[in-house]
Amino acid sequence: MRRYAAVAALWIVLLAVPWWLPLVGGYTALGTKVLVYGLAAIGLNLLMGYAGSLSFGHAAWFGLGCYGAGLVLKYVSVSTPLAIAVGTLAAGVAATLLGPLVMRKRGIYFAMITIAFGQLFYFIAVRWNEVTGGEDGLTGFARQPLHLGSLEIPLENTQLYYLVLLCFTAGVAFIAWLLRSPLGHTWVSIRENRRRAQFLGVGTDLFIWAAFAVSGLVTGLAGALNALLFNFASPQDLHYTLSGNFAIMVVLGGMRSFWGPLVGVVIFVVAQDYLSSLTRNWMTFIGLLFIAIVLLFPKGILGVLGHRRRRV
Amino acid sequence: MQLLLFNATNGLIQGVFYALMALGLALILSLNSVVNFAHGGFLLIGAYLAFTLMPYVGFWGGLILGPICAAILGLVAERVLVRPLYKRPDPIYSLLMTFGLALVMEDVVRTVWGAEGLPFTVPDWLNSPISQALFFITRYRLLVIAITIVAALGLYALLRFTRIGMRIRAGTRDLETVSTMGVDIYRLRALNFGLGCLFAGLAGVLAAGILGLTPTMGASLLMPSFVAIIVGGVGSLPGAVLGGLLIGLASGVTSTYYPAASEAVIFLIMAVVLIVRPRGLLGEEGLFE
Repeated sequence: MRRYAAVAALWIVLLAVPWWLPLVGGYTALGTKVLVYGLAAIGLNLLMGYAGSLSFGHAAWFGLGCYGAGLVLKYVSVSTPLAIAVGTLAAGVAATLLGPLVMRKRGIYFAMITIAFGQLFYFIAVRWNEVTGGEDGLTGFARQPLHLGSLEIPLENTQLYYLVLLCFTAGVAFIAWLLRSPLGHTWVSIRENRRRAQFLGVGTDLFIWAAFAVSGLVTGLAGALNALLFNFASPQDLHYTLSGNFAIMVVLGGMRSFWGPLVGVVIFVVAQDYLSSLTRNWMTFIGLLFIAIVLLFPKGILGVLGHRRRRV
Repeated sequence: MQLLLFNATNGLIQGVFYALMALGLALILSLNSVVNFAHGGFLLIGAYLAFTLMPYVGFWGGLILGPICAAILGLVAERVLVRPLYKRPDPIYSLLMTFGLALVMEDVVRTVWGAEGLPFTVPDWLNSPISQALFFITRYRLLVIAITIVAALGLYALLRFTRIGMRIRAGTRDLETVSTMGVDIYRLRALNFGLGCLFAGLAGVLAAGILGLTPTMGASLLMPSFVAIIVGGVGSLPGAVLGGLLIGLASGVTSTYYPAASEAVIFLIMAVVLIVRPRGLLGEEGLFE
């Protein structure tokens, strides 16, 4: 009962963001960014926290979503739904294709290969100047009004926020549904003891592949929304630094909890926004934040809270 | 033909730096079980400190002191930051910690020495090419290769013929057993981490003479070194060297024919290796699988 109340409260807070966020000194686009990154982080946590495979290359899927959506808007069609769909699918298909190369690997090795493959897409984006705009990023597209039948909805900041919230809800519901299914329980069993799952006849590699693909797909959706939010796709959206940021957001919020990544994103995005306006050396502070979280706060915020509650 | 030779040599020199980085990374990866994202940071420290010290201790002094400073800093970082993480089986923590450390180190270097590139002067007689036709083979480049060979052979001798090397090799197999035999594995891992950082510093000093000093040089050398380890085979030091040279050469040769793909090609090689031979060229079967 308490869980449902908490989730309902969360949704009320999210629905009301355009009203209360400006009151506390934020702006709606910041709320949209939190949702976008939150979706990406929850998508990553499916693989990291639930299936137990540490991907350090999720910026690749995020960036593919960005570039996919941006390229559609720029070269193909000015349809927002098509852009979102193509961006999402581009990431999903790429993750599905690369999955077999990484699914057998474990632990650090899995992380290393995903980092390296992530950089492949970064270099493609930087070097394929004519199409992607190279180092400067992909510009020259803008999000278009939504057409529902004869109804035209302009995508100003507030409307965009609700569109992103809708996609966020769809993505999160999809993941929650998967995690409650037998598939989700199998992922957790692989995380807990891969060899035992194998002995029980579970084809663990295929399950990791599935987790990798779904995770990439959801993160790609987040990326496509990111392109709409900024009307811009940057090579930085593909860089491994962003992969690291996603991973630290997940850990900060709590890897073992469903909503943990969202909490981590809120804190991280706000901290980054604040620090980069405050000092030129914000990189040092972000780095120190990484170190502090790892050394002092490994279970994450929701992890610690959940643990306390269970003990009481 | 000359262009191809020119690019191949450039690629090979790059490959030497990848190989040096990958050697240190592989050492740390196999015994400390840490993917050292801060390796590029130690490279920076080695290179910049050598640059700062050179007016006082001369070129050769800097060449020696830079890597040593990187190693000492590595020992400190290991003691303070990495050691608390050995108890945690999940590799994400060491990965994220070194990732943060890399950010801090790069930013500190940028703040202290500036974001602009600095000229790293190599003595004139070293910078002269060995012949007119082979203008791209300077004495300095030969020196880089010679030092790398000496360093790699030195590492081999250390691991093969000394007691501490034997313990490191044994520790990569089964750390627990080594510990029960009365070896202080904390000190062993600390030494190993420092040794890895020594190689990072060496790569930094040598690379600075060719690529110049910039705060991003560490990060840009790091990623190919990861690829080098994967291509060569995780757990194999000769594999790391081979992988580094191979992708450097491939990148150089590709830049002759299709410059835009000179980075992408190394990932292509990695993908092919992972499909054809998932353990890497010289890797052992079953490691991390």
